Amino acid sequence: MDLLYQIFIDPFVQMGTAPDLLVQTLWEGLVSGVLYALIALGFVLIFKASGVFNFAQGIMVVFAALTLVGLYEKGVPAFLALALTVVVMLGLAVLVERLMLRPLVNQPDIVLFMATFGLTYVLIGLGEMIFGGDPKVMIADQLYLPRGAIDVQMLGGFVSLQKIDIAAAVIASLMVAALAVFFQKTRIGRALRAVADSHKAALSVGISLEQIWVVVWFAAGIVALATGIMWGARSNVSFALEIVSLKALPVLILGGFTSIPGAIVGGIIIGVGEKLGEFYWGPLLGSGIESWLAYMIALIFLLFRPQGLFGERIIERI
Amino acid sequence: MRARGQVDVAAGEAILSIENVSLAFGGVKALTDVSFDIRKGEIRAIIGPNGAGKTSMLNVINGFYQPQQGKITFKGKPRTKMRPHEAARGGIARTFQNVALFRGMSALDNIMAGRSLAMHVNFFWQLLRYGPAMAEEVAHRRRVEEIIDFLEIAHIRKVQVGRLPYGLQKRVELGRALAMEPELLLLDEPMAGMNLEEKEDMSRFIIDVNNQFGTTIALIEHDMGVVMDLSDRVVVLDYGRKIADGTPEQIKSNQAVIDAYLGVAR
Repeated sequence: MDLLYQIFIDPFVQMGTAPDLLVQTLWEGLVSGVLYALIALGFVLIFKASGVFNFAQGIMVVFAALTLVGLYEKGVPAFLALALTVVVMLGLAVLVERLMLRPLVNQPDIVLFMATFGLTYVLIGLGEMIFGGDPKVMIADQLYLPRGAIDVQMLGGFVSLQKIDIAAAVIASLMVAALAVFFQKTRIGRALRAVADSHKAALSVGISLEQIWVVVWFAAGIVALATGIMWGARSNVSFALEIVSLKALPVLILGGFTSIPGAIVGGIIIGVGEKLGEFYWGPLLGSGIESWLAYMIALIFLLFRPQGLFGERIIERI
Repeated sequence: MRARGQVDVAAGEAILSIENVSLAFGGVKALTDVSFDIRKGEIRAIIGPNGAGKTSMLNVINGFYQPQQGKITFKGKPRTKMRPHEAARGGIARTFQNVALFRGMSALDNIMAGRSLAMHVNFFWQLLRYGPAMAEEVAHRRRVEEIIDFLEIAHIRKVQVGRLPYGLQKRVELGRALAMEPELLLLDEPMAGMNLEEKEDMSRFIIDVNNQFGTTIALIEHDMGVVMDLSDRVVVLDYGRKIADGTPEQIKSNQAVIDAYLGVAR
């Protein structure tokens, strides 16, 4: 009885008695959710257009951030370094298409998936070789990202909002809006969806797979760069970030692998759920809760909606 | 019986000519030394028993396969290595034996995808959906609606194509090919798996496309009644070789063709 009370009643009593803490927790959850969503977005882009789960998305985040910081450390002005990093990500997209996707065209998806594993290790090696393995500090100030916190008085207490988190949320929302419009409303977006559905049909109406792949990988690279800057500004730029990016998995399961809004909503549900669980149920269940709670949430959703929240229903005529 | 169109195909020039084309996959010969031509404005049937190389032939024409030997001339220009999207840009559209649609998209979006080549407004305007991009989208949409009316699929235009019955999927696929306003339309078994009524509809569409738009059509079909009714000329393949070429009447009485279909007593 006592345990049941602690699990099902007590946390909600706490939420009611200290609403400012609840708001603070929700906010933190929202922010980490937005960042998860950003990473998930990178996966969704490539999955949509090629049906491949790009295992290398995490390392692309690290690689982009490292390139940016590395260039700055070599004496390149911050914004020039940012522009150059964008060029590097474009170069990466072109190389991936030439050296990896083109020779593997028409191979089963699992082969491409394995190839992205290979790409991961190539990028790890390349990153360490060029920039060294030490953690670096993101050049947040030089890029005029705000720092410090705003304390808002509400509900009989203070809620502290980090400015960098607000910036992250704004940038992520803009990015998502831009990508959603890009996919749904433009000719290239339609071509991307076409390629995602059927390669041969896309070819037969004159869509060039090569171009489309470069566009998608470049877009994923830009998303990776934004993610790298935001994550990097909150912690450090190190190879450990790659592991964080696997947090995108439950987000993808939840949101559906092919849905951009799904990645966002999924990210937020996972982020908020994780923080609430950690704060209110964590003491009860042990502090390891954050490593598995996200998967738990995703699995429960999966029971009811196997295609994810916004995933495309798979319809097969038999 | 088909009423012949305005185009006098007998005297027409060749839009596509294929000379001594050979195609092999490893040791398997799909096509051996095949030559024939397709005249402007005609309906050209490619027939033959299963495994004769008919689909391979279409794949060569639209660039999915590169033949090891032979020469292909399209619109008077000899063609070297050509990739499918380049063939599409050159005016060759096609449908597939097993329908290849964009299953996640609506019928309308599928057909719009066929217009993607014709749309040229730059990317910036497209993102804003403003100015020239809007005008262009509207113009193409109008053309697509005409095709939808033509194929009598207005009632299903917003339906995701994965949900449609097979016969309608085939029609949407034809619509997507027509949206490209091709000069040469390749149809790979457009009537496979259809019932009599659906076949009659599809035959009517094929004849109308040929008559009204003047589109040259090359089609693969197994239903001999349909082939003989629709086509101006027929080429017959067997084991990757051409065994006959001529009008439906000539083909019907050709001994080699009869042998290929019925087998020969040895």
